[in-house]
Amino acid sequence: MSTSDRLRPSFTRLFVWLGLGLLVVLILSIFVGRYPAPYWMPPRLLFQDDMAQQLVLSLRLPRMLVALLLGMSLSAAGAVMQMIFRNPLVEPGFLGVTQGAAFGAALSILWISTAPLVIEGSATLFALLGMVLSYTLARHLHFGGWVLRLVLAGIAVSALFASGNGVLKYMADPLTQLPEITFWLLGGLWGVTWTDVAYIVPVVVPGLIVIYLMRWRLNLLSLSDETAFSLGTTPGRERSILLFSAVAATAAVTAVGGIVGWVGLIMPHIARRICGANAQYTLPAAMLLGGAFTVICDDLGRTLMAGEIPLGILTSLIGALIFIGFMLSSGLKVRT
Amino acid sequence: MNEHVLKKRGIISLVKLRFGYDGRHRTVLNDLSLEIPPGAITAILGPNGAGKTTLLHVILGLLSPRAGQVLLDGQAQASLSRREMSHLIGLVPQAEYIPFDFSVLEYVLLGRSPYLGMLEMPSEEDYRIATDVLHSLSLSDLQHRAVTELSGGERQMVMLARSLAQQPRILLLDEPTSHLDLSNKSRLLRVLRQLAGRGVTVVFTTHDPEAAIAIAHYLILMREGRTLASGSLEDVLTTDNLIATYGTPVRLVHVEDRPVVLLDEITL
Repeated sequence: MSTSDRLRPSFTRLFVWLGLGLLVVLILSIFVGRYPAPYWMPPRLLFQDDMAQQLVLSLRLPRMLVALLLGMSLSAAGAVMQMIFRNPLVEPGFLGVTQGAAFGAALSILWISTAPLVIEGSATLFALLGMVLSYTLARHLHFGGWVLRLVLAGIAVSALFASGNGVLKYMADPLTQLPEITFWLLGGLWGVTWTDVAYIVPVVVPGLIVIYLMRWRLNLLSLSDETAFSLGTTPGRERSILLFSAVAATAAVTAVGGIVGWVGLIMPHIARRICGANAQYTLPAAMLLGGAFTVICDDLGRTLMAGEIPLGILTSLIGALIFIGFMLSSGLKVRT
Repeated sequence: MNEHVLKKRGIISLVKLRFGYDGRHRTVLNDLSLEIPPGAITAILGPNGAGKTTLLHVILGLLSPRAGQVLLDGQAQASLSRREMSHLIGLVPQAEYIPFDFSVLEYVLLGRSPYLGMLEMPSEEDYRIATDVLHSLSLSDLQHRAVTELSGGERQMVMLARSLAQQPRILLLDEPTSHLDLSNKSRLLRVLRQLAGRGVTVVFTTHDPEAAIAIAHYLILMREGRTLASGSLEDVLTTDNLIATYGTPVRLVHVEDRPVVLLDEITL
């Protein structure tokens, strides 16, 4: 017993700290903002001021929850895709998901409706369509391994949607529609309500649960097909289950939050740096870190300036800085 | 492990196997019939492109033959579940690209997956088995090193350890010695000998006659998807057979009663 206790690494303390850290971030986020004065709302106001109560209950809380789910989904999806595609530089927007969502949103703004729920529905639909197209195309390629085919198909489908997006932007009314499309593309959580929470939870939560439960299996699926197969897996099917869960969660949160970059790329790297390569620990660590990171970025976005800074800009800025730091400190291990 | 698998002895029978890759007319295996005996070491010897790796993948079930079948202890391989198959057969691939820096212990632990459900995490017992395997191969020192930082020889041994943690009755190895120096080669071959001594059916492919001669009990000569000869090492290892296999003049000489294959003098 004593020997095996030493064998199995224990990350219990790490996860207690990460969980506590996330909790502190969430609690502080309730009081951070620009009401009644910039930066900080004294907690006692929550019991005295009806306006403060309303603000927290109907604006800040749903927004925090969406930021949390967004960060967790992108990080989990990033970890899944990096391992399945056996490439540490892959991010959840792969497989035409992000560009598909952007196209769907722009399409809705231009021709269907600017009602949030309609934009979200259209974005999700096209994100999933992006994945289905990539997947179908990959199945019809007659060369290369499964991973290479998927990657190539994803690049091609993304490019198609991106050019479609260009066309839509070109056609959009520069005074009304174009700013809305652009703002959506930058990613942000202004105006998120409980309706949005209700919209994403039924997709995101089951997706995250599937990924979380299969996290050790993910290690196996990062090995070559022949090895994964010899160890009793059905690589194609199991990878598809994980990919579908990751893409569905990404599509749902992207539909609500727009394009939020870098979270899904950076968080798995930080998690691997802390816990090693084993996804049994890396995956939950990435989810907790990503949740906290996104909530903090969103806090900054709605607090720093009188106008809102789009979330996507902040995550890209901070994410890229972390990435540069990683490269310089050789914490990024990419073999070519 | 379930009873049914424990009773297996590890006989592999190949019946008129024909295989070709999708979308290609050319067949890689042509009506191949073979019997690989249990609890012994069988070497599959042949030039590059003879279909050796393909044959291993068909035995493993990764590739499905166009015609013919693979029988494991007389039972059709196609009728066994993925789980049953993974309890029965382990594979050490020729090379494995591992993109993430798993520790050696974490990597070897992946060999326990045939005994774990899809949502299960490895238990203390799995950790114990993995460390025991590493210990038995004198690799305990490497336990916490990153797989990505190992030398070629260490990597090969660690891949073998991963397959042994799987506790298979049949172990397939694809060109296990091709990247190894002399000392690592003899170390690996010694381990294979010990495994066969414990009743594991060991099958390995090689294009290098030396490795086959050193440990194999049985030899299969392959060329262009066919077997040219198969049987005990002594019967099959002849100069004529080798020339037919490699299509180049070679000579079999005996040094201290052991056969050695020499390339004939190369003249310009």
